[in-house]
Amino acid sequence: MAIIEVDGLTKRYGGRTALDGVSFSVEEGEIFGILGPNGAGKTTAVECLEGLRRPDAGTVRVLGLDPQADARELHQRIGVQLQRTGLPGSIRVREALELYTSFYASPRDPAELLAQWGLEERRNTRVRSLSGGQAQRLYIALALVGAPRVAFLDELTTGLDPQARRATWDLIRRIRDDGVTVVLISHFMDEAEELCDRLAVFDAGRVVATGSPGGLIEEATGGGGRMRFRPAGELDLALLAGVPGVTDVRRSGRHVVVTGRGDFATAVTSVLARNHIVVADLRIDQRTLDDAYLALTGGPSPRD
Amino acid sequence: MLGKILAIEFRMRMREVLTPLFALALPLALLFGFGLMPDATKPSKDLGGQSTTEYMAVLGTGIAFAILSLIMLPGVLSDYRERGVLRRMRATPVRPSALLTAQLVINAGAGAVTAAVMIVVGAAAFGTSAPRGFGWFLLAAVLCLLALLALGSLVSAVVPTGRAGNAVGSLLFFPSMFLAGVYIPYDQMPRTLQRVCDVTPLGAGIRSMRDAWMGHAPHPSQLAIMAVYAVVATLAAARLFRWE
Repeated sequence: MAIIEVDGLTKRYGGRTALDGVSFSVEEGEIFGILGPNGAGKTTAVECLEGLRRPDAGTVRVLGLDPQADARELHQRIGVQLQRTGLPGSIRVREALELYTSFYASPRDPAELLAQWGLEERRNTRVRSLSGGQAQRLYIALALVGAPRVAFLDELTTGLDPQARRATWDLIRRIRDDGVTVVLISHFMDEAEELCDRLAVFDAGRVVATGSPGGLIEEATGGGGRMRFRPAGELDLALLAGVPGVTDVRRSGRHVVVTGRGDFATAVTSVLARNHIVVADLRIDQRTLDDAYLALTGGPSPRD
Repeated sequence: MLGKILAIEFRMRMREVLTPLFALALPLALLFGFGLMPDATKPSKDLGGQSTTEYMAVLGTGIAFAILSLIMLPGVLSDYRERGVLRRMRATPVRPSALLTAQLVINAGAGAVTAAVMIVVGAAAFGTSAPRGFGWFLLAAVLCLLALLALGSLVSAVVPTGRAGNAVGSLLFFPSMFLAGVYIPYDQMPRTLQRVCDVTPLGAGIRSMRDAWMGHAPHPSQLAIMAVYAVVATLAAARLFRWE
């Protein structure tokens, strides 16, 4: 059953159309990604779902509720992490959790959240003195304090170092494993590919594609990729040209470059192994969401 | 829930030191600074027959009201708006207006503490009598605080950033100080300047509180002016306030 349904969502600011007939749905228990460059309308769309903005047209249902008419009811059941901090700099970690606990009818135990998110040692630290990763964990904990059924996380890992990003990804998976549906806004392709069960790609206020990361890559680029290696001995290229999925085989100096679709790389390696051909310098470039994004939007991916 | 917000906001404000400093230390410094001068406890002709210590007790209370309302309140609220604190709260079951209420209660409470401390410390240290028209004093103090808090809310409502909030607050605060009689007592001002004082909330407040302290009923026009500020500025602030 869809836990979020969006149909024809449109939002204008003055003469500018921020969202133009956006439609998608989110299933219960999945991590759903909203992907696209800055200014594509991702945040505006999610703010309409959270009841923070009034759509100009279209229907939005979150947990069967209208975010505008049933805002109070909805806010008991969703958790939100916004792009900006949203906490006074001088509040302590424990105080922030206690404060947010008091907002909800049936909240989670703040002590348990402190432990779960590794903030116990920082419980008396002021928010402004937390490291980026610690602050991020606190904001996630605050989004979960009301025991929500859906958590909206906006640009969670922007500004984090690679290690903290990886750690945050594990945390997001844990939220989902606890049975919370996660809506993740991101402009990082690798993040979306790694985490999301399904995603919607936004571009200039429209949804240009929805599906699983693998499905989108397959659909937009034909999937597959390119492998490149240096055979130790003689290699008859015709041997590889016949492998299922392979679309092209050619020499490039001492290297051989094989292009193909789907799971061609596994097939090629097993053919090489069967023929006792030893290879060196093996590199496989799988198609990524980056390539799919490029194909879908006709522009380069929105890297920072 | 509001109790929790109040408790945590209160703890944060005490932690920042500025609130206790302005609400207590500055008025006390005024009281002792002038109160220890010769003849400070005797009625003074320059102060319309009031003693310096009584005058300073009222002045200190009024200045604390103004700092809390025109500088502290807009400072905190515009900082909260800038940081997205109010916006983040909109996504919870609690309205951000609860935070506004808490801030108003805390600043009003700090103002009440100042007034009480000035009365008690004045009596203990200098033998100053408590306000002789106590009911009138209470009414004048409450109206003055409400008028100033309403003005401070209006400033918070219209300024875009914390920095602009501080600038506008200070712009209102320093002329208020002058008109309140910090530099020249009201009684020494030329008549035209007195008329200007009478139409400002702090000027009207201090005049009314002084009258009440000496046992007179404040001028109804002075009470009315404060009430008008309180009502008009509250309505305007409620209309103009932006959460983000």
